Amino acid sequence: MKLEYITLAIIVAFIAAFAYVSSTGNHEWGGSDDMPENVINDLTHGSYHPWFNSVWVPPSPEIESLLFALQAAFGSLIIGYFLGYYRGLAKARAAATSEEQEGNLNARPAR
Amino acid sequence: MHIMEGFLPLNWCVVWYVLSLPVVAYGAYKMNIMIKENRDILPLLAVSGAFIFVLSSLKMPSVTGSCSHPTGTGIGAILFGPWITSVLSIIVLIYQAVFLAHGGLTTLGANTFSMGIVGPFAGYLVYKACMKRDVNMYIAVFLAAMLADWLTYIVTSIQLALAFPAASGGVMASFEAFLAVFAITQVPLAIVEGAVSALLFKHIVQLRSDVLLKLNVASPSVMKKLKEASA
Repeated sequence: MKLEYITLAIIVAFIAAFAYVSSTGNHEWGGSDDMPENVINDLTHGSYHPWFNSVWVPPSPEIESLLFALQAAFGSLIIGYFLGYYRGLAKARAAATSEEQEGNLNARPAR
Repeated sequence: MHIMEGFLPLNWCVVWYVLSLPVVAYGAYKMNIMIKENRDILPLLAVSGAFIFVLSSLKMPSVTGSCSHPTGTGIGAILFGPWITSVLSIIVLIYQAVFLAHGGLTTLGANTFSMGIVGPFAGYLVYKACMKRDVNMYIAVFLAAMLADWLTYIVTSIQLALAFPAASGGVMASFEAFLAVFAITQVPLAIVEGAVSALLFKHIVQLRSDVLLKLNVASPSVMKKLKEASA
């Protein structure tokens, strides 16, 4: 359980840092992935223009967040499914071996 | 770390593609062999890929007042090595480039290089070095995942700096300018990613230590000690 508590503490500290920072100043909370655009503009004095546009842009922020949420949901589903499957498998195996050790082989029909 | 579509000059797009594609191709080749030899690993491969999916979709607020996202590549790198992780990463990056306008197809080579190659390689090497020195396995996972995350963003800064050297001060000056965007923002995120990765790893150790032994992730004695400690 120790690792769980450490992880929890780190996440709480992370949230506390967010709460502190957002209460002490005005921040845009923009994506760092979009910020290089400004840096590039400064460095090239606005002379650089992107030479290729995204093949498809989500038509609204709602649709973008839907697709991001789907990405996360799909990923968590896979992780949860397999870890849960493994957990059930481990339990079934443990039950089977403890029955064997108790000499209780007849309690359950042989597979 | 996603360099936006069209934001790298064509010559640099080509350079990063040329560097990335052979790694991904070799990774796909290795992955194929591994799956054929050992069907047991498929679920863990899916979990590693899914972990990248989840973490790279989470844009989290950081201490600098901007948001960034973790990469999630540490687990894959530790379990299956950096080559195979590059394949998992490029799948996520293509999804985000095509459906989310996040990153891009022209910058796919560069983004794969930072997130799918340098990060995982660093994580893998850190993990192996830690295990050689008998560092606690979960601390090793924490350090590996954290560094894989953070280094990804450093590489992005280098890539942008190389493409856009400052008029005065050249590449180094613009490297600093891009670092200012990424480096500190990413530190808290990398720490969270390291901790979450270690936690996921704990569950994998408890449930499938047999596969971890097969993949040569840890020696039998280390595994025995960990299982006893958690029992």
